[in-house]
Amino acid sequence: MTAAVETAHPVGTPPRTDAAVRTTGLTKRFRSGQVAVDDLGLLVPRGSVMGFLGPNGSGKTTTIRMLLGLVTPTSGQVELLGEPIPQASARVLPRVGALVEGPAFHPYLSGRANLVRLDAADLTVDRRTSTARIDAALDRVGLGAAATKRFRTYSLGMKQRLGLASALLRPRELFVLDEPTNGLDPQGTREVRTLVRELAAEGCTVLVSSHLLAEIEQICDRVTVMRAGRVVAAGTLQELALLARPSVVVETPDLDRAVAVLRRLGASSATPDDDRLRVRAELPDVAVEDVTRALVRADVAVRGIGRSGRSLEELFVDLTGEGFDVVG
Amino acid sequence: MSSADTLVRPPVTRRAPSTRLLRSELRLLFGRRRNQILLVVLALVPVLVGVAIRVSTGDAEPGEGPPFLDRVSGNGLFLAFTGLATVLPFFLPLTVGVVSGDAVAGEAQAGTLRYLLTVPVARARVLAVKYGALVAFALAASFLVAAVGLVVGWALFPTGDVTLLSGTTVSPGAAVWRTALVALYVAASLAGLAALGLAVSTFTEVPVGAMATTVVLAITSQILDAIPQLSWLHPWLFTHQWLAFADLLRDPVPTGAIVDGLVLQAGWIAVALAIAWSRFTTRDITS
Repeated sequence: MTAAVETAHPVGTPPRTDAAVRTTGLTKRFRSGQVAVDDLGLLVPRGSVMGFLGPNGSGKTTTIRMLLGLVTPTSGQVELLGEPIPQASARVLPRVGALVEGPAFHPYLSGRANLVRLDAADLTVDRRTSTARIDAALDRVGLGAAATKRFRTYSLGMKQRLGLASALLRPRELFVLDEPTNGLDPQGTREVRTLVRELAAEGCTVLVSSHLLAEIEQICDRVTVMRAGRVVAAGTLQELALLARPSVVVETPDLDRAVAVLRRLGASSATPDDDRLRVRAELPDVAVEDVTRALVRADVAVRGIGRSGRSLEELFVDLTGEGFDVVG
Repeated sequence: MSSADTLVRPPVTRRAPSTRLLRSELRLLFGRRRNQILLVVLALVPVLVGVAIRVSTGDAEPGEGPPFLDRVSGNGLFLAFTGLATVLPFFLPLTVGVVSGDAVAGEAQAGTLRYLLTVPVARARVLAVKYGALVAFALAASFLVAAVGLVVGWALFPTGDVTLLSGTTVSPGAAVWRTALVALYVAASLAGLAALGLAVSTFTEVPVGAMATTVVLAITSQILDAIPQLSWLHPWLFTHQWLAFADLLRDPVPTGAIVDGLVLQAGWIAVALAIAWSRFTTRDITS
């Protein structure tokens, strides 16, 4: 009688979609009238490491708060791991590790006691494994030695680490990390990068927000750029690099023939410089060596050739505006 | 094989209801230095009153000073009631106001609220756990004052059979039992204030503001209760029957005012918790 078949697939499990995070038309207008997030469509494919980029005040944190059910959208939908938020929060959020706008813990409790409290709040974990999981999380962020110190005595970097430890208290499928390297020294920053890579290698999806492009460039394969509550660019890093419109600069005495070759290669524009020593062409899809080969075959005397273009950083500044004009 | 054996169960991720969060909340509440100091101050009141009576030469006249003051020198066990009657108008509301006003607003200010909610903990559960812990704190506060009163009274004054307010005499054991009932009634009286404090606490991220508001509510209610021209309002004030615990010191116990007081508290608790719930479950957590 007890030989029941237990291997059948679970009923009631919603179909897995390929998106870990999907928002449609997400809008938040605060009572003050300020529109923090405006018709935002955010898509984070499962298994990706998505950089969420934007200057301070661009609406990243409000978006993250809506993803986690802390703030109710004025309109639009949020789906996390294929289920609607906030309706399915109780089912979904245990599978999501989150760091929202910096770490926050009870100052007069130790780091460990703070984690015990968060673990105690979770109805879906096995309390018998609590100690082991807390120790593992503390060790993973390098806080094992300082675990019994009061949170108020922690440095900013230690506080940030404790925040990450709370996200690691149990296995997760998705991590939403808001400025995870804020306040960390270079060593700590590198550890966070390693941690994010490890999580991605385990198959987790990671959404990392930052106002620093360099940060995102190093750990993310995809980027969404926000400005003033709207998405201004989204895609893989390669796609974004193309947006930066790199160009080829050829230094040559045979200007006309060089222009002809470049046009044949597909350059949308190929214009000689004013001093008529160089020609600049927008050729995003062709490698420099292929351009060189084509020029040489066409018997163009090449004195020098190279790529020039805006860096991703310049693109980021172009997309989001200079740093100090906070959009209200 | 019956069909029940082949039933496929959906995966259960949620485990049995747990008291872990409530216990964590109690540890947080009673472990916090500020709250411990508040309790110590409360406990000092019956000590202070007892010592003052012991060292003074003249006996207090009936009706002088806090209730039952004149009876303490006759029977030390009355110090428990005097202690409770002394702290009830101000010290106890202050303590409960501080703790309950801090309940949600304190976590909002510290930012811990957002991490608690993303664990996730359902917002209604946060309120239930917070309120449960506040009631436990109110119980602890009133029983502490009563217990210290009994011990100090027993140490400083003659004890023995207790003559109740109705003139009946009961054994010391029965008097201790009545003291526990009185402490329970005082805690129930504070449960209404705690609910109000919790409700106020859901409206702000500034705990001091919520604490002050709660204490002001308690004091205002008592002031209004003392103005005879507002007698129509008195039965609705949540402090109106606070001192009805004296009826527990009569034999037989006249239950009218006691029951009135408990019903009044239940009503205020229901209203305050409804306000707290409707506010907290719809609020944007932006701290």
